Amino acid sequence: MSCHSPSSSKNRKVDRKSGKHLTIALAGNANVGKSVIFNQLTGSNQIIGNWPGKTVERAEGKLHFEGHDITIIDLPGIYSFSTYSLEELVSREYVAFEKPDVVVNVIDASVLERNLFFTIQLMEMEAPLVICLNQMDSAKKKGITIDAKKLEAVLGVPVVPTVAIRGEGMHELMKTAIEVAQHKQYVRKPVVEYGDEVETRINNLARLIEFEKLELGYPSRWVAIKLLENDPEIRKLVSSKSEDVIHASETLSEEISRIHREPCFAVIASERYCVATRIASDVQRQNLLKTTFSEKLDWVTTHKVFGYIISIGVITGLLLWTFTVGNFLSSLLSNAFSFLEPVDPKVSGPILSIIWNGVFGGFVAGVTLIIPFVIPFYLVLAMIEDSGILTRVAFMMDSAMHKIGLHGKAIIPLILGFGCNVPAIYTTRIMETRRERLLASFAITFAPCAARTIVILGLVSVFVGIEWTLALYAIDILLIFALGRIALKVVPGKSTGLIMELHSFKVPSLSVVSKQTWTRTKSIIYMVFPIYIVGSVAVQALYALGVFEPVNNAMSFITVTWLGLPAIAGTLLIFGVIRKEFILLALVAIYNTTNLALFLTPVQLIVLALIGMIYIPCLATIMMLGKEFGWKAATIISAANIASAIFIGGIAFRLLTLIF
Amino acid sequence: MTSKSVEDYLKALYVLSRNGKAVATTEISQYFKIAPASVTEMLKKLAEQGYVKYSPYRGSALTEKGFKVAEKVTRKHRLLERFLRDVLKIDKDMVHPQACEMEHSLSDKAAESLCRFLKHPDKCPDDEKIIPPCDLPFYSCEECMRLHSKGLEEVGKRKENLVALSALKKGQMGKIFFIRGGRNMLQRLLDMGLTPGTRISVIQAAPFEGPVEILVRGSKLALGRGIASKVFVDIESQSL
Repeated sequence: MSCHSPSSSKNRKVDRKSGKHLTIALAGNANVGKSVIFNQLTGSNQIIGNWPGKTVERAEGKLHFEGHDITIIDLPGIYSFSTYSLEELVSREYVAFEKPDVVVNVIDASVLERNLFFTIQLMEMEAPLVICLNQMDSAKKKGITIDAKKLEAVLGVPVVPTVAIRGEGMHELMKTAIEVAQHKQYVRKPVVEYGDEVETRINNLARLIEFEKLELGYPSRWVAIKLLENDPEIRKLVSSKSEDVIHASETLSEEISRIHREPCFAVIASERYCVATRIASDVQRQNLLKTTFSEKLDWVTTHKVFGYIISIGVITGLLLWTFTVGNFLSSLLSNAFSFLEPVDPKVSGPILSIIWNGVFGGFVAGVTLIIPFVIPFYLVLAMIEDSGILTRVAFMMDSAMHKIGLHGKAIIPLILGFGCNVPAIYTTRIMETRRERLLASFAITFAPCAARTIVILGLVSVFVGIEWTLALYAIDILLIFALGRIALKVVPGKSTGLIMELHSFKVPSLSVVSKQTWTRTKSIIYMVFPIYIVGSVAVQALYALGVFEPVNNAMSFITVTWLGLPAIAGTLLIFGVIRKEFILLALVAIYNTTNLALFLTPVQLIVLALIGMIYIPCLATIMMLGKEFGWKAATIISAANIASAIFIGGIAFRLLTLIF
Repeated sequence: MTSKSVEDYLKALYVLSRNGKAVATTEISQYFKIAPASVTEMLKKLAEQGYVKYSPYRGSALTEKGFKVAEKVTRKHRLLERFLRDVLKIDKDMVHPQACEMEHSLSDKAAESLCRFLKHPDKCPDDEKIIPPCDLPFYSCEECMRLHSKGLEEVGKRKENLVALSALKKGQMGKIFFIRGGRNMLQRLLDMGLTPGTRISVIQAAPFEGPVEILVRGSKLALGRGIASKVFVDIESQSL
């Protein structure tokens, strides 16, 4: 909730006079390019991609432009100011109470009509507005030409055409925004004139609200409209101050419904769309054109046969690409490092050699594991995200996802979970209800992230064979569905249906893809290298001190008797909670060789990889779960992970012994 | 007032016909488990009364008049099934035959009240078939519920034959007339541009009860099958 403290708004006013500091908010529909503009202006690296819902919380960035210190706020993409979702509520409170100096309404020029529906609502909020007519290039590709000057005249708001992805129009946009901020060109007359029968009632109610002096922070006309729409939040707010206004609004909205034979909120939505349609048809021209390439792609990717092939191809392709390229690069790098391998492999040597061994081992592990697997994965993931194929995968997978109580959109965080569970769980906010976010997050904890992939590849691909790696992934996907169905029984409730915009395909932009890959890789490198190095030293030191014995013994009933692993597995699994790669790292540190086949049988390698894949979410993921859903949920999910790992691991051990 | 047997026949044609295609006489005789000869006789009678288009070799199809009656009976039948199952908790096997008996004597007014009482259900309990919409001229159930709580006046009837969006085929166009569902979903659909009277066309429908991709106001929208089966349209000229 945004709070409205008088002191902060006073400070802001002082700032405004000096003209030094300005706040500019970017608002608009999902996936219109707000984050692209944000990155262009601030040089930050907000995650962008061609699917709705990347920005779930507002992002803030700084910019220095022609002597002004500017704070840019990137608001989440929304379609309306109703209270359908938390983002809509938060955004409208932000615009009303924080009063940014300018709101830049970013519009997808190729879907003008639908975008104007939101513009109209921003105008009703009486926010100082600049319209950024973005994606002019994709509009052109669709054969749409828009007369920006005419749009400006009709709306009475400055309009700047841009192609944000190429940086076109950014300078002009900032100049216009600053001009509006300084001159405060508020929209005075109501731009949206509803039909007479609605308009007079809005005016009457607005006058009553003004007369009652409710001081809600929102413009009276806007409050009047929201009351007629029976907006639950605004109703609650007003009813605490004036019952008269509520009664009046009820009578008036009743009258409107009677005239139109529709609920009043539907009448108002229809009228807004009427205005949007009129403006759009006034200012844009649709030329006849042949089917675009993007249309053809759309046809193929949602086709009843090819659509599935492509969807499955995208997911498995991403994994296969990571395996093959990762394996290749990893072996190249290990060879390069092998001649540097420390000559004295003894673990029981002097302290200094233990530390050196540990530091070096950790560093080598970092280089040979992170670089080769993470970079190719994130590179292709960024391309997939930027192209727009993810929404088509979500479309095709909708009915399958319904089997685990989710709708198609949940496949997006699930795929992100193959990279890292932590941001994936964060991304579940694109789902509508807490229950769905929880179910999706539960499924995500079983998605083999990059770290687990490293363990699986390091143990299984290298020493047993690539076919067993694929088998492990297949088992994992089956497991996600089986456990998802069980979870569905445990967490009762109704599922929401899918409502999702399918945006046009785009050729992934090289700069976006490379920046995104680098941002993600960087955050992993910064986090992982120190942990690897310190962790590796710690493992070696503790091993030398013989601390692991009791731990291993305590867990030996499960690890040795039930799972058929060497006793050392107890230690490995405990370290693995911190980061999954530690399973591999600690193994290498303890045996002091990278040739693990000397110590472990193929069955043990596979079982260890399987257990490592599912036995518990890593520490960072557990923290994230706790933060998003509370510690109870985090504990239950972790326990479910442990239980299923022990169960499946034991069965796998017994079955595999028959094969090998 | 149509007789029980007429209603049963029309309902059978409604259920058996796929996409408005004609139904073979043998199919109907298997459905009722009676001899084809008596089915033929009945169909001829229905054709005389203008409910059915009958041709001896191609089978029979409902006329617009027949469709209206059939849809209404089917609606009553499925509403009753919900009532018997959800409220009275009657045995699963008993639900269907019991509803078959009751559907003919349930008045239109009582059916409307039953629908409101059950909070406008969308599917019948046994095979998840869509309950056809009523013919009250409302855009949403919300409106019906609200107006009724304030003493319903005479509201007239809707003329259009509505079809669920989920039943539309690729390339078909329609105009939105009715959305079944609560405030939240309705608001969301309105915000996305599905306001009363809006034209939509179906771009693609995914198999396995997957979502429907529609074109609305120049933007492409994916609607899950569950939601698409709650949006009702009047089909427009089929060329595209």
